[in-house]
Amino acid sequence: MEVIKIVGTDDTPSVTLDVANEIFEISGRSLPEDVAVFYEPILDWIDRYSEEATGKTIFNFKLVYFNTASSKMILDILLKLEEMHEAGKDVLVRWHYPEDDEDMEEAGEEYADIVDVPFEQISYSLD
Amino acid sequence: MDNNDFLEFVYSFNESMESKNVKLVYKGEISHQVTKAFTSLTETNMMVEEESNSVQKKVFHVIVEFLQNISKHADYMDNEEGHEEGSGVFLVCKDEENYVITTGNILQKHKESIIANVLDKINSLDKEGLKALYKQQIKEGRLSDKGGAGLGFIDIAKKTGNPLAYKFVPINDDYSFFMISSTISRTQNFD
Repeated sequence: MEVIKIVGTDDTPSVTLDVANEIFEISGRSLPEDVAVFYEPILDWIDRYSEEATGKTIFNFKLVYFNTASSKMILDILLKLEEMHEAGKDVLVRWHYPEDDEDMEEAGEEYADIVDVPFEQISYSLD
Repeated sequence: MDNNDFLEFVYSFNESMESKNVKLVYKGEISHQVTKAFTSLTETNMMVEEESNSVQKKVFHVIVEFLQNISKHADYMDNEEGHEEGSGVFLVCKDEENYVITTGNILQKHKESIIANVLDKINSLDKEGLKALYKQQIKEGRLSDKGGAGLGFIDIAKKTGNPLAYKFVPINDDYSFFMISSTISRTQNFD
């Protein structure tokens, strides 16, 4: 599959979707002007990937900020990963949050409650 | 326009802002670029003033959500120049204890009761209630054609721990001016 490699800006996240190197990651800030336009290619890619995935998929979220419009798109990504999990694929979500950011930690807990997929919360230091 | 009168107005305008601790005020079109400019400016100011990360993120979030609401949902009055779609007024106030972020925009009157019902419901809920409402809305709510997910006000109340103050002032038979205000404590521990 083609590699998706998007370099982040001050309002859009960095995205790497690379099957060969087993990297699936969204990081940075997400408050795009048009969330649907930004996230549609990512959701399409995951749709296609979910059909051919054979190995383990570890999907990393390492966001420092996302607005509520993005939160719905993040849920859509997680729902696709849930479908893969339900279809018997080996999927793990890693939700990384800055150690002092209770809101980002809580956002991870809320997603973990909503979707049925293996989910790890990992705190990291910003220093 | 009389120059002297105008400068008197500027003086009293400045005095009024001082008396209400207004640190930033903007009136006009609220575009994505404007939103980015104000979040960036406010972030820089908060960093200089060494606000905690938690306060900085909450203020940033309220500004983003409020301004995106206006850019997506503000109405405009027909046949009146100067009232463009997606425009409004935006204020950042700060005193010893709190940041207060306020926006105002024109709204069709028939939308008043819908918004008031949503806000009254949000203001009646505690943190657990807000979390439950947020979960319900993110699962059931569809992304509208304007990109809103109906989550902004719920999430603001949940993250700030404070109710949202609001008011509608009638402009004419068809339109009102809608104002909404969110308070972020600078001192409180958010747990």
